[in-house]
Formats: sequence, C-alpha cells, structure tokens
Amino acid sequence: MSALGIAGGVLQAIVVVVGAPLLQGLMRQVRARLEGRVGPGIGQPWRDLRKLLRKQSIVPRGTTEIFRIAPVLLVAMTLVVVVVAPLVTTASAVPPIADLFVVVALLAHATVVIALAALDGGTAFGGMGASREVTILALVEPTALVAIFALSVPTGSTSLPTIVGTALDDPQRLLSPTSLLAAVALATVIVAETGRLPVDNPATHLELTMIHEAMVLEYAGPDLALVELGSAMRLSVYLGLFTSLFLPWGMATTATPLALAVGVLALVAKVAVLGVVMAAAEVFLAKLRLFRVPELLAGSFLLALLAVTTAYLLG
Amino acid sequence: MSPPAAALLDVALLDVAAGALLLTAVLVVWRRDLPAVLQIFTAHGVALGALVGVLAWAQRSVELALVAIGVLLVRGMLLPWLLRRALASVGPARRELRPVINVAASLLAVAGLVLLAFAVSVPLVELDGSPATHAMPVAIAVVLIGLMVLVTRRHAISQLVGFLLVDNGITAAGFLATTGIGLVVEVGVALDVLLVVLVLHVLAGRIRTMFGEVDLGELHELRDR
Repeated sequence: MSALGIAGGVLQAIVVVVGAPLLQGLMRQVRARLEGRVGPGIGQPWRDLRKLLRKQSIVPRGTTEIFRIAPVLLVAMTLVVVVVAPLVTTASAVPPIADLFVVVALLAHATVVIALAALDGGTAFGGMGASREVTILALVEPTALVAIFALSVPTGSTSLPTIVGTALDDPQRLLSPTSLLAAVALATVIVAETGRLPVDNPATHLELTMIHEAMVLEYAGPDLALVELGSAMRLSVYLGLFTSLFLPWGMATTATPLALAVGVLALVAKVAVLGVVMAAAEVFLAKLRLFRVPELLAGSFLLALLAVTTAYLLG
Repeated sequence: MSPPAAALLDVALLDVAAGALLLTAVLVVWRRDLPAVLQIFTAHGVALGALVGVLAWAQRSVELALVAIGVLLVRGMLLPWLLRRALASVGPARRELRPVINVAASLLAVAGLVLLAFAVSVPLVELDGSPATHAMPVAIAVVLIGLMVLVTRRHAISQLVGFLLVDNGITAAGFLATTGIGLVVEVGVALDVLLVVLVLHVLAGRIRTMFGEVDLGELHELRDR
C-alpha cells in the first residue's frame, strides 16, 4: 500500500463520483445538440439526483431485502473498483484487489445484483429486463476477461497496475495488433455493459426494447437516485479503465501534487473526449435487434480471442 | 544487444498493418450489409498497401515502394470501385440474407481457422526470425477466412469479396515471405485479378438478367433448354 496508491484511490473516488453524472450530462448534451435540440445542460443529471434524493422512499409491497439493498450494493461495488483500479495513478490503493479478474467480477456482480432486484419486484418488465441483461452479461464477461488478458500476456501478470505501468514505460507496445484487436473488443464490451446504443437505448422507455431501464422501473426516490448514480459511475469506470489500458499518457507515477493534478486532468479530459465521441457516434446508430446482439458479442469475443493468440505469436 | 529504435518502430508498424489486415478480414465475416462489407474490403486493401509500404520503408527499396503504391491503387481503390459498381448493377438485394452457416457460427469458425493458420505456420515462422516472417500466419489466416467467405456466402458480390480476400492474403504472404516478388510478376498478378473481377462482374449481371437475382445458392441445377 503506497502513498501514491492511497492518494490515487481518494482522488479517483472523488473525481468519479462527482464527474460521473456530469459525464452523463455531457453525453446527453452532445446528443441533443447534434439532434438539433437545445439540451438541458450538463448539470441536469445532478439536478435530477438532488430532486430524487429529497423524495420520500417508496418500496413496492411484497419485495424483500434484496430490493432494498441492491442500489447500495451497486454503488458500493462500483466504488470499490473506482478506488482500487489504476485511473489517476499507476499504483493502486489495495494492490491485491486491483487484479483483472477481481475488477471484472466486481463490475459483473453489480449487474447481477440489479438483475436480482428486478426479479424480486415480481413484475413482467423486471423479469424481461433481468433475463435480457443476464443474457448479455453472460456473453460479455468472457470477452472482457479475454481482451484484458491479451494485454496482460506481454506483462506476465494479471494485476492492472502492472499492466498499465508497463504500457506507460513502453508506449510502443500499445501500437501492436494485440492492443488494436483488444481495444475493439473492449469497446464493444463497454457499449454492451453500460447499456448504450446499439445494444440498449439509454433514452428509451419503450417496453419492448428496453433492457436496463426495464430492470429499475420499480425504483423511486433515493433508491432510484442511487441506481442512476451507480449506472453513471459504471460508465465512467469502464471508460476510465479503457483510457488506462490503451491511452495511459498523463497518469501520475509519483505522489507529487503536480503529477496528481496532471493525472486528474488527463483522466477527466480523456474520458470526456471518449464520452463525446461515443455520444456523437450514437446519433448515427440505430438499436440492434435483440436477437442480433449475440452476433455482435460473438464477434467481439472472436476479436478478443485473436488478440490473445496474436499476443503469443507476434509478441 | 537491443535493436535500434527505428527498427523497433518498423516492427511495430508492420505488426499494426498485419493486425489491421486480420481485423478487416474478420469484420467482412461479421457484417451482412453489403455496402458496409465493401467499405471494410476497401480498408483491407489499404491495409495491404500499407503493409507493403512498411516493408519497402524497412528495406529502403524504391522498387518495393512503387509496388506498394500499385497495390494501394489496385486493391485499395480500383477493385473496391469495381465491386461497388457491380453491387449497383445486381439490383436491390443489399444484404447477405441467408448465408449457408449463420454469422455467429461463422465467426466461431473464423476463430478456429485463425488458430489453425497460426498452428500450421509454426514451422514457417521457425525458419527465419525476422518480424515479417512472424506476421506470416496472419496472411495465411486471411487466405483461410477468404475461402470460408467464398464457400458459405450466397450473394454473388459476397463471393467475389471472398475470392479477393483469398488473393489479398496470398499477396500478403508473398510479400512477407520473400523480399518482394518483382515488379513484373506483381503487375501480372494484379492484371489477372482485375480481369477476373471484370469477368465475374459481367457474369453477375448476366445471372441477374436471366434469373432476376444473384443468389448463387439457387443455381444448383443446370438445365439445357
């Protein structure tokens, strides 16, 4: 446990919790402008959260404890990933947890908890949403593991700080077929896992197509605020991990205030640029038919697999 | 002794070009939408041109640089343009509707083919430790993927793309295995491929006028009338 890691963990927690709703607002604003609307401004998700937090907590009749603790667990698990993953600094606050498998498992666990809560509600939409989400999750998880695993092959370690640190020492490694293929695979994973187009439409409330929204229909008030915050944080964490793995420039390697400030600014700038690109791309995309989603994910799994094989072959 | 930085960069660029070649070949299998497939095929041709260009730069060879420009013009521009014209002339069917095996299964098949290509080319790679030889399996994988597209797709244009993938793969293998096969040979091969595409273009047009569509799966019965 190093000073750099602890400073990074604290800073990351603050930056991501404050910044995640702003990132969501930024992406909605970009989309709105490109579609010719004025847009509510990038602070809107925070205003929504404040409004929801002030409301009375309502729990549907017949639900169990799972329904009540799921939003807290979602935020807590994501927060653990935020603290331990190398985002601002190349060190980790708790190095044993900053392992590739642990991080992916924590992120997947958060999805599973929400799916369980949706089933707990006992409504038709909750069940449909949970079933769809778990289908996608089952296809996405191997891809995420294999894609990051491809990056860990040259390093010989599944610890994320080691992978990121090696990439920062030797930037040429990022310019290899392995990272090219893994980047495409991981981008697909991020799109599918965070419920963006073309897998899920984050703006829709149309019963037949929604996935994530269908699961959280029963939530209201402060619980809904936690769910929304959790989803926003997941998006930021995934994009942050993507930048750490493929664009690690600017990350702090020493615990000086200047290096940490540069690290925070670099993280915010990189994630904002990725978010804007993603939002702009979404304007031109239509949602994929649900039965075509496995095809998309099979493709991304193939790319991840190829990334691993080329890592052994060319590396 | 570590190699100089310039040589390292050459290796990295070569690997990226090879990776792009493999990525675009896989994307051809992934997409059903034919105009999108043609765009990806264009990128494939450009990646091949870039691969030859990197080899020319690494060897500081003017002849190879000329070949690279030729490859880029023929495979990155001329052939895709001809294919787009062919697609426009074969009527409204713009999608690969019923491939012989579905897309998810063919993606898994591609994974198997790539692993096969990597496995069989181990002896080839062991012959010579140069970076170009290390990228050889990618070229062989592209040939196999092209063959698979050729046999599993029904639309005439998809099959044409499969054929051209095979040819691109063979060209890439040639450049990676040797230090260039000579300007004359390369020009000859390029002209041959061009001729094949022109002939198949005309043939696809004839098939469409005779049968009203270009689904080659329907052509399993030959009759004399």
